[in-house]
Parts: sequence; C-alpha cells; structure tokens
Amino acid sequence: MDLSAINPVLFVAGFLVAATPLIFAAVGELVVEKTGVLNLGVEGMMIIGAICGFSVAVETGSPLAGFAAAALGGAMLSLLFAFLTQVTLANQVASGLALTLFGLGFSALLGQSYVGIKPPRLGDIDFGPLADIPVIGPILFTHDIILYLGIALVAAVWAVLKFTRTGMILRAVGENHDAAHALGFKVKRIRTLAIMFGGACAGIGGAYISLIRVPQWTEGMTAGIGWIALALVVFASWKPWRLLLGAYLFGGITQLQLNLQGAGVAIPVEYLAMSPYLVTIVVLVILSRDKSAAPGSLGRIFHASS
Amino acid sequence: MNFTKLLTGAALVVGMATSAFADGHEKTKVGFVYVGPVGDGGWTYEHNKGRLMVEEQLGDAVETVFVESVPEGPDAERVMTQMALDGADLIFTTSFGYMDPTINVAQKFPNVKFEHATGYKRADNVSTYSARFYEGRAIQGHIAGKMTKSNIVGYIGSYPIPEVIRGINAAFIHARKVNPDVQFKIVWAYTWFDPAKEADAAKVLIEQGADVVLQHTDSTAPQAAAQEAGNVVTFGQASDMAQYGPFPRVSSIIDEWGPYYVARTQAVIDGTWESTDTWDGIGAGMVGIGEISDAVPADVKEEALAMKAAIADGSYHPFTGPLKKQDGSEFLAEGETADDGTLAGMNFYVEGIEGDIPQ
Repeated sequence: MDLSAINPVLFVAGFLVAATPLIFAAVGELVVEKTGVLNLGVEGMMIIGAICGFSVAVETGSPLAGFAAAALGGAMLSLLFAFLTQVTLANQVASGLALTLFGLGFSALLGQSYVGIKPPRLGDIDFGPLADIPVIGPILFTHDIILYLGIALVAAVWAVLKFTRTGMILRAVGENHDAAHALGFKVKRIRTLAIMFGGACAGIGGAYISLIRVPQWTEGMTAGIGWIALALVVFASWKPWRLLLGAYLFGGITQLQLNLQGAGVAIPVEYLAMSPYLVTIVVLVILSRDKSAAPGSLGRIFHASS
Repeated sequence: MNFTKLLTGAALVVGMATSAFADGHEKTKVGFVYVGPVGDGGWTYEHNKGRLMVEEQLGDAVETVFVESVPEGPDAERVMTQMALDGADLIFTTSFGYMDPTINVAQKFPNVKFEHATGYKRADNVSTYSARFYEGRAIQGHIAGKMTKSNIVGYIGSYPIPEVIRGINAAFIHARKVNPDVQFKIVWAYTWFDPAKEADAAKVLIEQGADVVLQHTDSTAPQAAAQEAGNVVTFGQASDMAQYGPFPRVSSIIDEWGPYYVARTQAVIDGTWESTDTWDGIGAGMVGIGEISDAVPADVKEEALAMKAAIADGSYHPFTGPLKKQDGSEFLAEGETADDGTLAGMNFYVEGIEGDIPQ
C-alpha cells in the first residue's frame, strides 16, 4: 500500500469534473419533477446531447458552440416527450423509457462518422494569480467554464424555486395541477417549458462527457449516468443543494476507489466498486429524514376537463 | 441503459426474424450476442466485423442477426433463448460472462449449435473458441518495459477472470525481463465497456505516475485520456485503434474473428459442425499485432517483431520458466512452458506483481 501515491489536489480536481455531467442532468430533472412531470428519458437526452455537442464542436471547432448545440439537441428531443405526455396525454413512465431507447439508437446513427475523432479542447478559465494559491488554486481555479456554470445553475435553480414568483408557479403546478389550473396558470405550457429546460440541461451534461471528461464519441458512452441522475433527484428529496452534495459524494467516492486501487489498498475491490452507490444512498437517506415529500402531482397526467 | 438497449435489440431480432422466410428458400441463420455496442471501437466492433465477413463471403446462404449491449446475466439467457426460438441455427456468444447462460440455453435447444467465446465449458452442441491474446500482451509488455521512464505501468483490468489475469502476467513477465525496476499498478473497472469510467481509471493511473497504460477494457477512452496527458504510451485493445497512432497508441492487439466465423458457419451449412475447442494465436492469425509506430525506438521495434515471429512459429512460448508465483512458490521450472490447462484457469499473479486478485 502506498497512499502517498494519491495526490489529494488532483483527486479533488478530478472528482469535480466527474460529478459535473451528473449535476447538469440531475438539476434539469429536478426542475421537471418540481412541475409534476416524471421524465425517465434523461439517459436518452444526455446521449443525444453528447453527440450533438461533439459533432458541432468538431465541425465548427468551437467547444462552446458544441455545448449550445447539445442544449438545443436535448431540448428538441425532450419536446418529443412533451408532445407525448402533454398533448397526447401518454403515460409518462412509458414515454420516458421510449425517449431513452430512441435517444440511444438515434445518437448511434448520428455518431457513425464521428468515432475516433478528437474534439477541440475547451480551455480552462485563466484566473491569473488565483490559480497559484497553494492547494485551493489548483482545486478551484483550474477548470473550464462549464463546470462553474453547473454550480451556478444549482444556485440559480435553488434561488428561483425558493424566492421568485416563477418558482412558486412551478411548484404550484407540481404540487396540485388542478388547483394551479383553477388559479389560471397554463399548466401544460409551464410543464412543456420545464421539460425543455430539463432536456437542455441533460444535453449539456452529455456533452460534458463527450467533450471534456472522456473526450471522444463512442456509442452508448453515457453508460447509465442518466439513471444515476434520476435516482439522485429522489435521494436528494428534490432539494438543489443536497443534489449537489450527492453528486460530489458520488463523483468523489468513484474517484477515490480508483485511487485507492491504484495505491494498492488492501480492501477487497468489490467493496470499493460498490461504495459510491452505497455511501451516496446512505448519506442522502439520512439527510432526507425531514420527510420532504415528492411533488404532489408527480407523474400524474393533467387534463383541463378532469 | 443495458436493459433498454436490450429491449431495442430484442425488438430488432423479432423484426428481422419475421422477414427471414419471405424469400422462399431457407437460409442458415447465425445469431451473435454482443456485450457492448458494435460501435465501441474495440471488442464488439471486431466481432461485428467477423459477422460482416460471414455475410460477405457466404452471401445468400446465410442470414445473420445480432443483439448488442447484452448484460452478462439473466438477460443474456433471454436473448439467446429468443434467438433460438426465432430459428437461429448457430449462435455465437461473445463474452466470458455468457458461459453459463450459453450452456443453459444449449441444453434446451439440442438442435441449435452454440459457440462461446473465451469460456471453458463445452457440450455436444456448444463449442468454445478464444484467441491467445497473452501472446500479444507479451509483446506489449516488452515494449512497455522499454518505453516507461517512471517505471510505473498502469493496467486497467475489467473483471478478475483467468483471461485478464493471464494478460497481466504475460505483460508483466516481459516488461520485467527488459526492465527489472518496472512496477504494475492494477485498477479493476468491473466493466467491459464504460468510457467515462475507463477514462477516469486511466487518469488516476497517470496521476499516480504511470507513463504507460495497458487496458483490458473495450473502449478507446483510455487512449483519449493518454493523449490529453501528452506523454503516456497506450496500446490498441481488441481493435487497432489506429486513430490514436502514432502516439500515444504505439501498437495494438487485434482480434481476427472473421475467418473462424466463416469456417464455422460453413461447417453448419455442410452439416460437418462438431463441438470443438479452438484456441489460436498469432501463428494461426487469430491474434494480430497492429503496426508498431515510429514513437517506439527502432531497436525495440525490431525486438518486438522478432518476438512476434518466434511466437508465431512456435519457437517461443510467453510463459516459459523459470517463473515463480506471487507467493514465491514454483510455477515453471527452467525451460518449462505452461500447459493450456494451467493457462486457461490462471488465478494467480506471477512473482513481482503487488496486490491481490479480487476473489
């Protein structure tokens, strides 16, 4: 065993990157679920975002254009879900699963000519002297703009949901869509916009994997991160900051177990491999003892006549 | 993801099966069960190339179907059963974890022929086939030992099964031979295919000082991570991965399944198929060595090619004594070579590798 082989600074900087796709996908889904819609298509929207972002970044040479395209791609795909669930009143669970299936297949089709290409690199932000601060500098000030955007997004979602009229309307629609409708809010329009927001966030999360974390395009490369994001929303009891904590916990322990293995720690690898899931769930279950419940209308179909 | 992909795949099989009898004469139907997506650029990509060769060479006589990203568990059994019910005459199951499901399904369908890749359980209608990848890994180990400057070689393992352990040992033995100071850092990913995880594993190994990364997982993500790091050597795994050459990818082990698939399918058509156990290597062409790039010094390249030639003509065996096991006990005496039984069930590290094999 040689724990000195683990560089704590690189380790922390590494898990901030590993957690970012999860943060984007989960915070988008959180908003969607807050309005009472359960979209299980996160994985599909992520992978579409991954290929849209990758292809546009490669074609234009601009990673930021790629991220914009990823957001657009994810939002467009989520429109399909919005159409199914809000217009044709289809079952949300089935529609979400269908969206994932469709996204995985469609992305494989779109990505055929992008296998093995290296994407343009999105540079880290230059913080000047800040990056030279020992320990804190390399951890906090050596990342790309999207990573900071993810944290800002969590803060923004929290603030909007908690303090603004928009947030109140979103929550009202999610808690009781009939009451919200009676008060004159356009339930379907609000939900559709939330679904598109969720799609855009998932798309960015996917593009973060294909453009920064891996970076390359491979079929099926999101490999279940969308599903983890879905679980994270529930375990974080629909609270943005808790969601951020959960994502860092998950990313951190995933990185830690790889680091420990590399350092030859004598804990059986199987325990290390399952630890990210276990620890994240346990911590969030303990935190969620405050009985925060899911939005009242979550997963229910709304029709103005009923 | 796996479950949903499975559904797509199953739907595809059903769809193809219903169109199979449309043109009147009965074709020999060959099914393939893949563990990853055909676009993984590695393991499954090469198996699918083999499938395409069957279609190309046997033309109208055959019809092939495949299901990709099938998890190694009960789902695999369902996919195989469905293929057999849909009239497949021959089914290739292409991952170690499909071993027991293959045997189970084969018992239920005695008239369907099965071929399981990299396993060791056979039956009257189940053949096994594998390639001697360790021959290629010995050559990689030689190059790795010569190329490393930090003397730390990272190794991304998938699952602790004999196939993977054999590869680690083969690479380590030959790295140590040319560089007595070399150390292996082994990280188990517990997946065959997960680009994000593989990239993370590669990054961790690089952060911990490895300047050569070997992998036994199927995606090209570690190559991308190495390219990003700038001064790390990698090797193509299963597929050539030439897009990452000449550096960081300096050589590769390539699986060549096509000729075997064609021969076995032809045997089914001719009615001469028998349960066999095939284990071929560089000599028979089942294992290919991708071009050694100019990033490797000329003398090292020459030695590697000489080793390849010696392995191919049988004059050199990568597991030749004297060798000891990790615990110091005798493995092979001076000049002795390992027999196939020992190799097939290898469950120990050779002397010099640190750490334990997950049990």
